[in-house]
Amino acid sequence: MRPGLDPVDLCDLTIHELHDRLARREVRAQELLQAVQERIRRVEGIVHAYVTQTLESAEVEAAAIDAHLARGEPLPPLAGIPVALKDIFCTEGVRTTCGSRILHPYVPPYDATVVARLKAQGVILLGKLNMDEFAMGSSTETSAFGVTRNPWNPEYIPGGSSGGSAAAVAAGECIASVGTDTGGSIRQPAACCGVVGLKPTYGRVSRYGMIAFASSLDQGGPITRDVTDAALVLQAIAGHDPLDFTSIPADVPDYVAALTGDARGVRIGLPREYFLEGLDPEVARAVREAVRVLEGLGATIAETSLPHTDYALAAYYIIAPAEASSNLARYDGVRYGHRGGPGALRQMYMRTRQEGFGSEVKRRIMLGTYALSAGYYEAYYRKAQQVRTLVRQDFEEAFRRFDVLATPTMPTPPFKLGEKLQDPLQMYLSDVYTIPVNLAGIPGLVLPCGFSADGLPIGLQLIGRPLDEATLLRVGHAFEQATDYHRRRPPLATGG
Amino acid sequence: MSRAKGEVSNAGTGAPDPRAAPGATGGYEAVIGLEVHAQLLTRSKIFCGCSTAFGAPPNSHACPVCLGMPGVLPVLNRRAVEYAVKVALATHCTVALSSIFARKNYFYPDLPKGYQISQYELPLATNGYLDIPLDGGGKRVGLQRIHLEEDAGKLLHETPGPYSLVDFNRSGVPLIEIVSQPDLRTPEEAGAYLRELRSILVYLEVCDGNMEEGSLRCDANVSLRPRGQAAFGVRSEVKNMNSFRNVERALEYEIARQEKVLRQGGTIVQETRLWDAARGVSVSMRGKEEAHDYRYFPEPDLLPLVLEQAWVDQVRASLPELPAEKRARFVGEYGLPPYDAQVLTSSKALANYFEECVRLYPKPKVVSNWVMGDVLRELKGDERGIEAAPVTPEHLARMLRLMDSGTISGKLAKTVFEEMWRSGDDPEEIVKRQGLVQVSDEGAIGPAVEAVLQAHPGEVEAYRGGNDKLLGFFVGQVMKATQGKANPQLVNEILLRKLRGG
Repeated sequence: MRPGLDPVDLCDLTIHELHDRLARREVRAQELLQAVQERIRRVEGIVHAYVTQTLESAEVEAAAIDAHLARGEPLPPLAGIPVALKDIFCTEGVRTTCGSRILHPYVPPYDATVVARLKAQGVILLGKLNMDEFAMGSSTETSAFGVTRNPWNPEYIPGGSSGGSAAAVAAGECIASVGTDTGGSIRQPAACCGVVGLKPTYGRVSRYGMIAFASSLDQGGPITRDVTDAALVLQAIAGHDPLDFTSIPADVPDYVAALTGDARGVRIGLPREYFLEGLDPEVARAVREAVRVLEGLGATIAETSLPHTDYALAAYYIIAPAEASSNLARYDGVRYGHRGGPGALRQMYMRTRQEGFGSEVKRRIMLGTYALSAGYYEAYYRKAQQVRTLVRQDFEEAFRRFDVLATPTMPTPPFKLGEKLQDPLQMYLSDVYTIPVNLAGIPGLVLPCGFSADGLPIGLQLIGRPLDEATLLRVGHAFEQATDYHRRRPPLATGG
Repeated sequence: MSRAKGEVSNAGTGAPDPRAAPGATGGYEAVIGLEVHAQLLTRSKIFCGCSTAFGAPPNSHACPVCLGMPGVLPVLNRRAVEYAVKVALATHCTVALSSIFARKNYFYPDLPKGYQISQYELPLATNGYLDIPLDGGGKRVGLQRIHLEEDAGKLLHETPGPYSLVDFNRSGVPLIEIVSQPDLRTPEEAGAYLRELRSILVYLEVCDGNMEEGSLRCDANVSLRPRGQAAFGVRSEVKNMNSFRNVERALEYEIARQEKVLRQGGTIVQETRLWDAARGVSVSMRGKEEAHDYRYFPEPDLLPLVLEQAWVDQVRASLPELPAEKRARFVGEYGLPPYDAQVLTSSKALANYFEECVRLYPKPKVVSNWVMGDVLRELKGDERGIEAAPVTPEHLARMLRLMDSGTISGKLAKTVFEEMWRSGDDPEEIVKRQGLVQVSDEGAIGPAVEAVLQAHPGEVEAYRGGNDKLLGFFVGQVMKATQGKANPQLVNEILLRKLRGG
């Protein structure tokens, strides 16, 4: 056994490991909660993953699970598991900030569908996790509630926008989390923090109660310690929701049953556009090594092409800000959140938004407003939608010959805090490999596949057909059977 | 497809209308297009489950969705779609089997999301028409489009402090916007168009048609052009006309205003004007430069609205007889004059009332005269009260039969009708109770005639001397003496006989 592996601290275990212990009554939910709380006390000062903690209600929930167990009743897979959510999901009675000053002090009167489904499973909700303001960022540095640090090295970014979720899962401050991904916001921080992140097919998970950034791209999904946990969380939150018109009315397969442990016969394509200049050699090496592992597990590997990849980033930075400029219009100081007043109406509007939004959000509102303006709509928004169609067709074409595409998640290992904050274009480029997946609306799974020389995690991205999360999970799970990246914990967690 | 907003466009080559009243504006002809917003009578709002009931305490019909809370999503009300499709089919539109919702972006405190969900590039229905009845004929008015959208909340400015309040009960109530072609030429035509449209909406039971309460709203686009010129002039948009009368007044005002500007050699500026009914004038609200850029784009929270042809056909089959069809049938089937047909079909309830009366008393013109005269007078012009009218078709028919049988005279009938309306009683009951039965017995009338003749010897002499006109005087005296109960026909006969006989 190697050092740093096979953690013994409860809060470093996975959902399925903890479920077994809870179900066998070796551990009580309250003990597990205490272990996580102890970890939060120890590392939160460094990591700063949480915006809001709900310890009191968590204790009540844990006690209820223990009572449930004491009655000898069967335990649902997620029951008693301490989970924290990206602060983009509305939680009834619990402050929800979306990383922004403008929502302060907003307490939603309702639960997001994802939250309601997790509650129905009996998870223990620990609180709300930090994020880039309105999910606009790739480093969690644009949050109005301070930066979150990478548990593997606090001088580095945890990725973003779901940086709080990925950091908390990596640091043992919660067992699992649900994040959201508009252009890579689940996958990129998962890669940065060495955890598993799954962006499901657009429409697989309800968006109801998930605060909108770019409605046609946003999708919620799990951030977990391993692929099995991702399957378990997805199982709980996926499925049609009558409250979300864009949610897909398709049956949800048994994701855990798909985890066969092998990748025999899976045809994996490597899109050459994802391995060109700009890709850090360490990342390239780790991803190619991971692909060789998959080949060893029985997958067939071949190169392919997604010819419109170059245009995806530009199209995304028209479509996402355009939708955001409209989605964020409701933060006007009239009904909730921050109000920059008193004053006449126009003055109130301007002060509210001037004071409430940070500079990255303002930048994107302006970009989007411009792109939708009379005279520019055709040249920008409509053209970007046409590019989006081409990007989607690229994937459709590739999936005629391949079951899965394997790519890097991010061009580089995690960078240092502050390194790119003043250079938006450089920051935007960190999502260059994740954005096309959102434009196409297809699923993407990221799992740890190596470490840089500096000891920072590197993530492998697996891209699948619409609604075929099961194959991604199967391949990812098979990879885990042959590797131990998913079992490593940051030094901070192990007290090192 | 062009990105021009779906407002009435004055671009195009509408030919001058030779039927337009000459001289109304001297050498100018008005070109008018109307945009009508109609609230649909669904029980719940268009994108959430809140009630649409009017008059509830402020913000009592509001939820996270219609308040625009963070994270909420719209869910389309299928009934609203059905109602809109009914209107589209009733106005001969082409119903799009795939249409798209769009966001119309602007800031206002009554608009909780900062955008209104509407339809823009691909509306639910396009290219219809309406045949409107006019004095001396009718006219076909084109419809550009019909689309679905949500209503905004309401600002309340009557507050004690330096602030306004917002009531979101109306936020999310379903609306359809019905945009006409610029085919109207006079305020009267605009009024007739609006009445016909309202009548269709009410017939379909999809809108209550109440302009005063705002469930039916109308904006107008108006321009003038020299008579004979094909190209349109610069238009203004007039808003805030909350009654049929105000629409006509505001259009008269606007046409006169533009004509004055043009006659003085000025030019019309493109602008939006607000009608001030109290002062009888319109004032400029905003010019072209201040016009909003609504930044329309397809609503990503709603999939394209896809309808199946079979369902549309089903909706078509469910349409009731519409006002124009009913008018034609009343003329054809009952032989009524077009004017009668128009008045009687102004509401479905009134038409039903008439038809029920005719079923029981098959003399359509007689029934028409009573319904258009006495019944409508008692309703004080508000034909919607017909369903609660105290005089039922059975009672009216029975009263008419009493006239036919000679039991009561036409004069007595008026009295009986009024009493029926007051009490809701059966006419025979009233006649009996008040002793209003017409006296047709010569034995009873003879002595009365004799008495009148004896009391007026001078007039008798004059009549016999050749003054025929005095017959009316004698009849009047006899009727007076019998408190109107004598059969006037019989009184006439007896009088003539006695005056001749001496």
